[in-house]
Amino acid sequence: MRYLPLTQDDRIDMLARIGAPDIDALFASIPESKRLRQNLDLPQRKTEIEVQRLLSNMAAKNVVAGSAPFFIGAGAYRHHIPASVDHLIQRSEFMTSYTPYQPEIAQGTLQAIFEFQTQVAALTAMDVANASMYDGSTATIEAVLMAHRITKRRKAVLSGGLHPHYAEVVRTISRMTGDDVASLPPDVLAQENLAGQIDSDVSCVVVQTPDVFGNLRDVSALSAMCKAKGALLIVVFTEAVSLGLIKAPGEMGADIAVGEGQSIGNSLNFGGPYVGLFAARSKYLRQMPGRLCGETIDADGRRGFVLTLSTREQHIKREKATSNICTNSGLCCLAFSIHLTLLGEAGLKRLARINHANAVDLAGRLARVGGVEVLNKSFFNEFTIRIHGDAAEVIERLAEKGVLGGVPASRLSPGQGLDDLIIVASSELNTDEDRAALAATLQGVF
Amino acid sequence: MNRLEHPIQTKDSAPLRSGTFTSNRGLQMEEGLIFEIGRPEVTGVDLDEPAPFESRLGGLEREAPIGLPGLSEPETVRHYVRLSQKNYSIDAGLFPLGSCTMKHNPRLNEAMARLPGFADIHPLQPQSTVQGALELIDELARWLMEMTGTVAVALSPKAGAHGEACGMMAIKAAIEAKGEGATRRVVLVPESAHGTNPASASLIGFEVRAIPAQADGAVDLEELKGRLGPEVAAIMLTNPNTCGLFETQVIEIAEAMHAAGAYFYCDGANFNAIVGKARPGDLGVDAMHINLHKTFSTPHGGGGPGAGPVVLSARLAPFAPVPFLRANEAGLRLVEHGSEEPQSFGRIAAFHGQMGMFVRALTYMASHGADGLRQASEDAVLSANYIRASLSDLMSQPFGDQPCMHEVLFDDSWLKPTGLTTLDFAKAMIDEGYHPMTIYFPHVAHGAMLIEPTESESKATLDLFIATMRDLAAAALGGDTERFIGAPFYAPRRRLDETRAARNPILKWTQPTPQ
Repeated sequence: MRYLPLTQDDRIDMLARIGAPDIDALFASIPESKRLRQNLDLPQRKTEIEVQRLLSNMAAKNVVAGSAPFFIGAGAYRHHIPASVDHLIQRSEFMTSYTPYQPEIAQGTLQAIFEFQTQVAALTAMDVANASMYDGSTATIEAVLMAHRITKRRKAVLSGGLHPHYAEVVRTISRMTGDDVASLPPDVLAQENLAGQIDSDVSCVVVQTPDVFGNLRDVSALSAMCKAKGALLIVVFTEAVSLGLIKAPGEMGADIAVGEGQSIGNSLNFGGPYVGLFAARSKYLRQMPGRLCGETIDADGRRGFVLTLSTREQHIKREKATSNICTNSGLCCLAFSIHLTLLGEAGLKRLARINHANAVDLAGRLARVGGVEVLNKSFFNEFTIRIHGDAAEVIERLAEKGVLGGVPASRLSPGQGLDDLIIVASSELNTDEDRAALAATLQGVF
Repeated sequence: MNRLEHPIQTKDSAPLRSGTFTSNRGLQMEEGLIFEIGRPEVTGVDLDEPAPFESRLGGLEREAPIGLPGLSEPETVRHYVRLSQKNYSIDAGLFPLGSCTMKHNPRLNEAMARLPGFADIHPLQPQSTVQGALELIDELARWLMEMTGTVAVALSPKAGAHGEACGMMAIKAAIEAKGEGATRRVVLVPESAHGTNPASASLIGFEVRAIPAQADGAVDLEELKGRLGPEVAAIMLTNPNTCGLFETQVIEIAEAMHAAGAYFYCDGANFNAIVGKARPGDLGVDAMHINLHKTFSTPHGGGGPGAGPVVLSARLAPFAPVPFLRANEAGLRLVEHGSEEPQSFGRIAAFHGQMGMFVRALTYMASHGADGLRQASEDAVLSANYIRASLSDLMSQPFGDQPCMHEVLFDDSWLKPTGLTTLDFAKAMIDEGYHPMTIYFPHVAHGAMLIEPTESESKATLDLFIATMRDLAAAALGGDTERFIGAPFYAPRRRLDETRAARNPILKWTQPTPQ
């Protein structure tokens, strides 16, 4: 077996040193009646060629996003990733290292995390960011739990513009913890009255911008209202590129900002792994979940970095920890950081402008298709259209014609009367021809 | 760029000992932060400015500077290559970090995960366009269920701790379905458990009670039975446990839990010891997460991303979270909403789990096959015992010298006369070119040193490691404390001041104030 260096002779020598008659003697602590006597009912080992063939055949059954005019977003976005990003994250020293528990031989990972934390704080205009979470949805529930700890209240208000999967994650965990959730109905036009929901039990209001329907939301007034009522404002984003062009959570008074970082540096990967971004006001630092990297010096006085404030964490605090999480999204956060370093401020802003320009162009083209109405007053690179007909069926028909045209809102929120809505995203990867193809194909399927 | 403009020394620190002008030492390059070497107007990505158009941002343009430096591509590559060279990695050497399973990461896994058919598909594409991806998930589930002897698997947990929470939520849902939600609120957790176990149980509202280990490192069955009652929801037991020992009374433990109306959650962090040798489902386990990044070698990546699918017994299967797969005449279909499966406890992440990790894990499994997986477990256990047998005359074991599974636990009582600590010993290992073993965990052993060699090491590598450990141990016992107290001497950094970092947290770079 190509991955196992021990030879049969080695094994015999080693057993002799151990003083065991055979390998099964080392498994004697497993109750004899339950020890497997034969191989599992699974295929035997395969050569690299065979495995390649097996996996490639499965991959070939999927329609690759890059092979079609592609307009799907709703929480995960297809963007260009510079070739150097994937090359660098595959460096052995990044890819095959562990959590930096021995900082003297993990300064590469630690400095990269320190840079990442600084980038995320800047991008969100918040004071402090952690070393990342699993994804945007898990970062959101962690933010809600953090708000409960800070305010000592136990009710979250969720905007109807919050990604329905994120809302479902918050409701699921809150049901388990016995906390209250007021989940507002889908708010396609960004018209809900969130401020009216804040009573003295509310610990936090969770609002997404750009929201799941693509609307941009000014939450400054809501922030003031939260402050007046002793609640925290949690601002969520699922498209990190938008922060190159639109007001950041910290500029609108967010207490905690969380989001999905996939769209910078990370492939679609059918939903994971992604990277959750988590940032907060510094006064809440000690209630933050997740890992934090801090600056210090070594015995020679040289600058270095370590994981810090671990007294919040499970390996010290056990059941009293701020979170059960003991990992960040290592390589995904590194990919995010490398891509953002390549872009820089100038590149990120331009990338964001291109995205917006393409979406504006697409919205114009679709608005001219008979039977299509663009619903958004404002948007970044994603918006919602109303069509005459069933959106899920239309999306299937578009796929049959080779166009991946968007997400039916009913797939995210079934049974909510959203059957005629499609959420459409556009990025720098869409060409004029792609946008024309979507408009023409949509026209054709009515 | 003149790096001397950005001294890496802090103002109040001692002068550098390094004798070079640059502070570099041969291949060890000092490297500033991107905020010190980059500039906001620089970009390493060529993009064309869009033609003028009418913005639809509704007056929400970002106006203030963001504060993000940029680097050209060559500068970016050099920055991250230099950073990478400050990391230890499994590719560079033995990484015997107990309980973490630092085995070789086959590159075929990486190549397969990057096939556009897996990497470039969107989780919300029409399901008719992703049948190959669903097939892969279904196949992975089949392997996991067969290896564990279980009937269902929840694939969405994104790491081990997330899997623990998922499994415990399934248990909570099952308890509530029986109308016992108000009374069964206690979860028993052995003292030797990973900290994530009590944290996960507590996260979802259970009350955690610790159960002590007995003299041989295993759970005390009679002690456990004495604590069972109508308030007990479950036990969270790691097996093989964190002392590297198989819980010999696991069947009795499972029976006792079930007889008391409670569930058996198994922390599968150490499943890599027993793949193909025993199946947790056969032992009475109701739920167990599997760290794909440990047992199935998806890389650790400096701390993630991981993946923690949870296998479930028939008693818990109906409560699995969405999404999950169903087969019908049109092929495979993802069930994405609880409304289709009313007993499902809900959703724990936005999409369908760590697909990129699923591809890597299935690639690893298919490469090994049933025979190779069993051989890998056997070699891992053999190698750990080889190290145990080769060091047990010098180093002390908290529970006596007995065969271990995939990792061997020593404590620090043998170091007592030297005045050195486990930490000192670990730091000296760094100078010898090894990543230290896991230290100070599990807490049931004083000054614990938990060594897990994995199946990826040749006998020659193991022999050199053993010889090095013996040399270090002899030096320690012989009074050569210099080699330990100041260590590491040869790493990119000497010992780092963690107290200082925590006392005055500096968690991001800020523009230095002009003098």
